[in-house]
Amino acid sequence: MQQLLQGEPCPDQAVNGLMPHLLHQLHAIQQQYRYIPTQQSKQVSETLQLPLAQIESVIDFYSFFTRTPRGQYTLLFSNCTSCGDLALMRELCQLLKVEQGITRTDGLVSIDETSCIGMCDHGASLLINDRVIAHLDSTRLKQIAEYIESKTPLDQWSPELFSINTQIYKKGLLLEQPLEQGSALTAAFKLGSDALIQTLKQSGLRGRGGAGFTTGMKWEFCRQAQGAQHYVVCNADEGEPGTFKDRILLTDHAHELFEGMTVAAYALGAQQGYLYLRGEYRYLVPHIQQVLTERRQQQLLGQNILGQQGFTFDIELVVGAGAYICGEESALLESLEQKRGVPRIRPPFPVTHGYLGQPTVVNNVETFVAAAHIVSKGANWFKAHGTEQSAGSKLLSISGDCTKAGIYEYAFGVTVQQVLDDCGASDAQAVQVGGPSGTLVHRKDFGRQLAFEDLATGGSIMIYGQQRDLLKVVRNFTHFFAHESCGFCTPCRVGTPLLRKYLDKIEAGHGTAYDREEMARLAKLVKKRSHCGLGQTAANPILDLLEHFPHVCEQRLLHQEYEPFFNLDAALETTRQLSHRDDAEAHLA
Amino acid sequence: MNQLLENTLTIDGQVVPFSAGQTIMDAALAAGIYIPHLCHKPELKPHGSCKLCTVDVDGRSMSACTFPASQGMQVANNTPALTEVRKTLVQMLFVEGNHLCPTCDKTGDCTLQALGYHLGMLDGHFPPFYPRREVDASHPDLILDRDRCIMCGLCVRASQQIDGKNVFALSGRGAQNHVIVNSPSGKLGDSDLNKDDLAAHICPVGAILPKNHGHEVPIGRRTFDLHTVAESDIATFNLHKTEHHDD
Repeated sequence: MQQLLQGEPCPDQAVNGLMPHLLHQLHAIQQQYRYIPTQQSKQVSETLQLPLAQIESVIDFYSFFTRTPRGQYTLLFSNCTSCGDLALMRELCQLLKVEQGITRTDGLVSIDETSCIGMCDHGASLLINDRVIAHLDSTRLKQIAEYIESKTPLDQWSPELFSINTQIYKKGLLLEQPLEQGSALTAAFKLGSDALIQTLKQSGLRGRGGAGFTTGMKWEFCRQAQGAQHYVVCNADEGEPGTFKDRILLTDHAHELFEGMTVAAYALGAQQGYLYLRGEYRYLVPHIQQVLTERRQQQLLGQNILGQQGFTFDIELVVGAGAYICGEESALLESLEQKRGVPRIRPPFPVTHGYLGQPTVVNNVETFVAAAHIVSKGANWFKAHGTEQSAGSKLLSISGDCTKAGIYEYAFGVTVQQVLDDCGASDAQAVQVGGPSGTLVHRKDFGRQLAFEDLATGGSIMIYGQQRDLLKVVRNFTHFFAHESCGFCTPCRVGTPLLRKYLDKIEAGHGTAYDREEMARLAKLVKKRSHCGLGQTAANPILDLLEHFPHVCEQRLLHQEYEPFFNLDAALETTRQLSHRDDAEAHLA
Repeated sequence: MNQLLENTLTIDGQVVPFSAGQTIMDAALAAGIYIPHLCHKPELKPHGSCKLCTVDVDGRSMSACTFPASQGMQVANNTPALTEVRKTLVQMLFVEGNHLCPTCDKTGDCTLQALGYHLGMLDGHFPPFYPRREVDASHPDLILDRDRCIMCGLCVRASQQIDGKNVFALSGRGAQNHVIVNSPSGKLGDSDLNKDDLAAHICPVGAILPKNHGHEVPIGRRTFDLHTVAESDIATFNLHKTEHHDD
């Protein structure tokens, strides 16, 4: 399936088929000019009737937009611990004689890094002009370099480069038996909206994005809220490093997702829905549009759905542009409203004041799929699986040091050890459950369960074998959060770069016990005092490392009272560059 | 507990009345209780970004300026632990920008500086960022020095909500956050900002300052030489100031 999709031409005409939206306009301009010229932002400002400052602030917020031209071939290497390998990026930089982040003087190519692109089951990966190449190695890099130097259009590259065969190793409740199209809607009409919401509540379904709010209650609050319009929004901004299960659902189960959204619309009385897709998954756009078209043709979307008089609902697709924070539901709504993705002040919550200030349900892809199954098959069918507080099943994206990386669906309550046994991870020293924002689990705790009441997870499971340097892993996560912080509140905007400085210093062997204590104090402040979930979880990797793996940090410390941050040799780097010197005498001892 | 009246909460054990729709900050200010803050001004919509007004509500961390007051709520405000948190936040704001108080015309009138003194801050403590930020001197009457900006968004809100204009916006992401000007060239001189606008006066630090009026009030007679930042009417007092209080 994915192989097919990758072969299709990339949506150059991105705006065609997609609704008029600032992010879409800017993407189209970026494709045409390879950056956003000021003159163009002025035109967009006029076309969309938005203040120029809003356009400018959006360009500077989303990492896929630039103000200086990128290459005809724009390559972004994932820097995730599972689908990233920056040594390969440097190798390609050498092959193509280009510096990271600086477009080659002939304008042909630019290479940079980006946050996790959700290809963690496929080894080192990159995005090239919105398409994905996985399984990177030196041979592939040489092939890529040759294609680029010979200016071969992407469509003429070996299709094998773009092939992605995702393995589903374990099917459970949702993946085992696909839902017949329209069956959940028929069941929903039979139940009526009140009973439908009751069914969802009885099923015990909780949000699959990680926070775990009871879905039936969310729908009920939204239904009860007064508003001119109600909206259904699907959060497909799957940005947590190590997560790729929504990619599979969007690829192979898109009908069930849209059925779930349509059921929600029926329950809430909504007429409009939005699917907010992360920019890294732009290659899925033609497929998703195709499924939406099919559903319109089958009367599963549009007016009087399945002959239900007066029930009108449709779904638009909005594609993000590289911002992890937009996975936070209120930031996602801001982004839908063509603004920077800055999390809102809560209360009020989206169920009463969501998209355009109207009552809105925002749910994860997997939650909508599960809701469709539940409405069709009943609450008891679902509740019979999982634990008391965590009903049903969970899709896990498993990657890292194991032999069988891919998708696994388990009933909630499964132990970490069981998961490791199944995916062929025999020498794990630690597992990151729930991605960088989750929990770093020590080997001695592998008996713990995956469930909301124990180890909550949005689905990311990253495995680290004995050979891995955990300090490097935690440093990677800490850099990630500093890069993705929206910058709204002081604790996160200043705190995450400070944590990065402390950890870099310790990793480089310049940190003292005092630095470690200061880093821990700051980490607790960032966790407790930040505005939203990003800041509140950004320090988790550091705190977990210090608690469960104290020796990892300890053995890097200098045993002296104090060491300044200022590094005189590093400060001379600019001078070395200017004088084209890098010999021994240009360095301090 | 039994002496609690309807529509009251307690702040550090003191019973404080509130009316429906008020935030913790509103109730505290009305009762003459000071909760440190930088990005809040009573007449503007709260922003909740500086986190100086962080309080502990029944053990949970909340921004007093945005969190609605409710019956029986127990708020911890003036505690040694929160003072330490707030001092750390002020230090973070100092190291994030380029703040050189002795050369800044705002010294003595600057809320960030006053909070530093109020909270017992003795140094910046953290490694400074030394960011490179643009100065905009294109306006005939005003200067925009981003080195001192703390991203509080007061100028953005004052312009939109009081002046009926839309001169400023916050742009960028993370540590690259910065204030931008909504004009064709992005320059202040090209905008419709007027020196009498509230947005031209509201900056709590020295990021937006009048031109041609340097050091008119001698050091030693400036706002925070004569008042403490904890005086509860200080916000209002500063808000309406179009010329210096000594004049």
